[in-house]
Amino acid sequence: MAENGLREKVLSLDSMNPWIKRLEYAVRGPVLARAVELEEELRQGVQKPFTEVIKANIGDAHAMGQRPITFLRQVSALCLYPELLSEPLFPDDAKQRARRLLAACGGQSVGAYTASPGIEIIRQDVARYIERRDGGIPANPDNIYLSTGASDAVMTMLKLLVSGEGRSRTGVMIPIPQYPLYSAGIAELNAVQVNYYLDEEHCWALDVGELRRALRQARGHCQPRVLCIINPGNPTGQVQSRKCMEDVIQFAWEEQLFLMADEVYQDNVYAEGSEFHSFKKVLFEMGPTYSSVVELVSFHSISKGFMGECGLRGGYMEVVNLDPAVQQQLSKLVSVRLCPPVPGQVLLDVVMNPPKPGEPSYQSFIREKQAVLSDLARKAQLTQEIFSQVPGIRSNPVQGAMYSFPRIQIPARAVQEAQARGFAPDMFFCLQLLEETGICVVPGSGFGQREGTYHFRMTILPHVEKLRIVLKKLSQFYAKFTQEYS
Amino acid sequence: MHRFAVLAKQTAASPGCKGPGSCRNGRRDVALRCIASLVEGKRHQQRFTQRTRPGREGLVRWNSAAEASAVKINEKTSREKILTLESMNPQVKAVEYAVRGPIVLKAGEIEKELRKGIKKPFTEVIKANIGDAHAMGQQPITFLRQVVALCTYPNLLDSPSFPEDSKKRARRILQGCGGNSLGSYSASQGVNCIREDVAAYIERRDGGVPADPDNIYLTTGASDGIATILKILVSGGGKSRTGVMIPIPQYPLYSAAISELDAIQVNYYLDEENCWALDVNELRRSLNEAKAYCNPKVLCIINPGNPTGQVQSRKCIEDVIHFAWEEQLFLLADEVYQDNIYSEECQFHSFKKVLYEMGPEYYSNVELASFHSTSKGYMGECGYRGGYMEVINLHPEIKGQLVKLLSVRLCPPVSGQAAMDIVVNPPVPGEESYAQFIKEKESVLNNLAQKAKLTEDMFNKVPGIHCNPLQGAMYAFPRIFIPSKAIEAAKAHEMAPDLFYCMKLLEETGICVVPGSGFGQREGSYHFRMTILPPVEKLKIVLEKVKDFHIQFLEEYA
Repeated sequence: MAENGLREKVLSLDSMNPWIKRLEYAVRGPVLARAVELEEELRQGVQKPFTEVIKANIGDAHAMGQRPITFLRQVSALCLYPELLSEPLFPDDAKQRARRLLAACGGQSVGAYTASPGIEIIRQDVARYIERRDGGIPANPDNIYLSTGASDAVMTMLKLLVSGEGRSRTGVMIPIPQYPLYSAGIAELNAVQVNYYLDEEHCWALDVGELRRALRQARGHCQPRVLCIINPGNPTGQVQSRKCMEDVIQFAWEEQLFLMADEVYQDNVYAEGSEFHSFKKVLFEMGPTYSSVVELVSFHSISKGFMGECGLRGGYMEVVNLDPAVQQQLSKLVSVRLCPPVPGQVLLDVVMNPPKPGEPSYQSFIREKQAVLSDLARKAQLTQEIFSQVPGIRSNPVQGAMYSFPRIQIPARAVQEAQARGFAPDMFFCLQLLEETGICVVPGSGFGQREGTYHFRMTILPHVEKLRIVLKKLSQFYAKFTQEYS
Repeated sequence: MHRFAVLAKQTAASPGCKGPGSCRNGRRDVALRCIASLVEGKRHQQRFTQRTRPGREGLVRWNSAAEASAVKINEKTSREKILTLESMNPQVKAVEYAVRGPIVLKAGEIEKELRKGIKKPFTEVIKANIGDAHAMGQQPITFLRQVVALCTYPNLLDSPSFPEDSKKRARRILQGCGGNSLGSYSASQGVNCIREDVAAYIERRDGGVPADPDNIYLTTGASDGIATILKILVSGGGKSRTGVMIPIPQYPLYSAAISELDAIQVNYYLDEENCWALDVNELRRSLNEAKAYCNPKVLCIINPGNPTGQVQSRKCIEDVIHFAWEEQLFLLADEVYQDNIYSEECQFHSFKKVLYEMGPEYYSNVELASFHSTSKGYMGECGYRGGYMEVINLHPEIKGQLVKLLSVRLCPPVSGQAAMDIVVNPPVPGEESYAQFIKEKESVLNNLAQKAKLTEDMFNKVPGIHCNPLQGAMYAFPRIFIPSKAIEAAKAHEMAPDLFYCMKLLEETGICVVPGSGFGQREGSYHFRMTILPPVEKLKIVLEKVKDFHIQFLEEYA
């Protein structure tokens, strides 16, 4: 019994699952926790050098003021409350889609459980979408699994893949910098994280020589079986060239690696000369030697792109060349959670099956979609421009995705100060930035970076005018910070 | 050694499974597996094989058919797959989930055949395997859907066709969302004002026992909350591996999560002779036996019971809490059926309330997590995947760990959070929608009570079927007599006797129920679980059909 008369807890830091204790997720880590506290202090009237906290830590479009795409919400509302089907307020193409989706739900209600891999006709729509996207390469609805956001699907696949003990424990190759879902998933499953570094000097390109180095080194202590690719890159914003993807596929084929392609930013490509190629398409165009062998899973989500519907937690994965027996195991595993949220499935369907030319909503849908995407392209350009004018900050072009990941020089004295306080230097920088400007960004150490380099990740999602102010404040703070510690 | 550890070792040691770089050795392994599989194939004429213990025997059943098809693929290509049954996560392989298991797959196949016009002795498949109210024709609660539709498409806030109280709630929820949109990520713990509403609801439910919004975590259905808490709780190796006590019969989410986490399942048996009551002596027996091979740390309770339908008495809950206190067990209370109480003499008591009323020695010490959901009750909104858990006496550092773990998945679906809000914050007297809301709610619950009684009565008229009273929840779990000849026939088909029974029932009547072996039952006893959700008239027909089938089954195997 402890001194205060209370008994020792059954569940404590000492007794809890050690793998969970170890995992980290910086995107919602200490900087965000402090940001939430500051928001509360502002509400209570505490004076700060700023009037609002700007959460640029996460790609959360609607929170930054992006408007939902009308058609998506119309179809969703009709499905959620079918009485609206008789309202003249809603266009016929929205009603027609809602009727079709409801007809596929048990009891015509989104309140019924669906099949565990998702509603059949939505999986068919996803397959057709993939076929259109990939210039006709066939997609089988049986290989499509709807999910609770892409994160859920990534975790499910990792869960299937991890096995072995000691030196035969599964190694998972991930890019550095990475999106920390991967490192967290690996920690939770007690798999072995195998880092390969993206080349910052070359716009964060992936280099197969580096993949080979990482693989060779890892074979000494684990069994690398999985290669994760994020394209377009998060947090790096790089868009892989077709040549690079061919090299990656060749490498996966040679080295017998299971490929996981995180392609949730596939609609977010901004740079001239950059184009999104799906791994599936490139794989099939490399011929049957590859396309009949390489095991691949690709992830997509409704949270990013032009829709930014993060809150509905919708997504899908497509599996290619999965062993049929393993596919049964996958189906069994997803059945334990019953089904992905149906409102998210419905919204995904509309993204996969948007209004077509000639339908009443086509014009307004295209207008809204283009407005979001061209706005993002402008902001990507603006961010890079402003950062590259600041001495000590270096930003690669934001070719795609929703983030800038600039490299910052941190003066030696600031590094010492950070260490004295028990912080990583870039965490120290981000916390100071937050305290003085109200801007919340995530330190590069949360994503991984080469030893001795420092970065932060910031979304480009705020409105252009606000983004300009944020970038200006950030640049000014950086100048002050370097001066203070010079 | 733990049997899955053995399996993992063997897997790692097998020649074809060395992974990258070993493809040239792979061919021999394929050949060996071809032979093995041919032998297996002869023995496994049927897809489904016998299981005797809950939760752990998935290997055989899922492997036989699957492996046969795997070999076919391997003949076409020369390379071994990276991810195979041998190389995959053995804990995931061990997972079983009968509620959507082989019998449901078979039901799906039959439905497809019916659509193609293939003649059957029935015209439709009735999926009584799962508590899916809307799929069985239950109408959604209007107010709930109005609020969620308003949140989804806020232009409707100007529409005269929505009542003011629904608009008021929608505005409040939207204000709690970033950018006033359901499309924003919420806090990982859930939208703040919804957590406040949950806490206020719990206080009302528990007669004023305080609830702190900081202890409320919204979830993706209750399943997600349960799996998350179990994940944090499991640790240790060998004999100090965490043991999780679960009732038998149980809801197989528990056994599945335990398998996946490689924790140790510790069974305690509910007393069928006594309306499936929980007996603390049985808890003690089970705990003492388990201490020899694991470290039992967690006690799971399902009240009202799934699949048993029993509602625990206050006395029983006190005994359980005292036991958990004595033995230092973390309590998980699955209370998702808290609104589904039908028997006159039964009442729902939350573990939290009883704990509080037992005094400070208990309520300041016993660690408790309680789960609720939008999927059950009178709303039956399964598809939204909404739910919450309340944690009591959780170590502050563990709360930090829990939030961190949840943050990796970002947030529970916000539409499900909105639906949960309406469940905990329904129209109140004086509000415009109150009368209609109460009418709809009462109509669902009265209807369920009527069906609970009907089901019990009809089953108990059938010779060879015994059904305990359905005091609560949504299922009947009758015990069925299976003649020894039928048991032999089942064995010949490599099936558990009750799976054999349920398969025949499905093939002959189109009624899909889940065999008791999927939930666990005492050795030699047989059951099935069936929902009572079909509309009364249909339920009567279903029960008649089961009766006729059962009598005929008894004759056939007499």
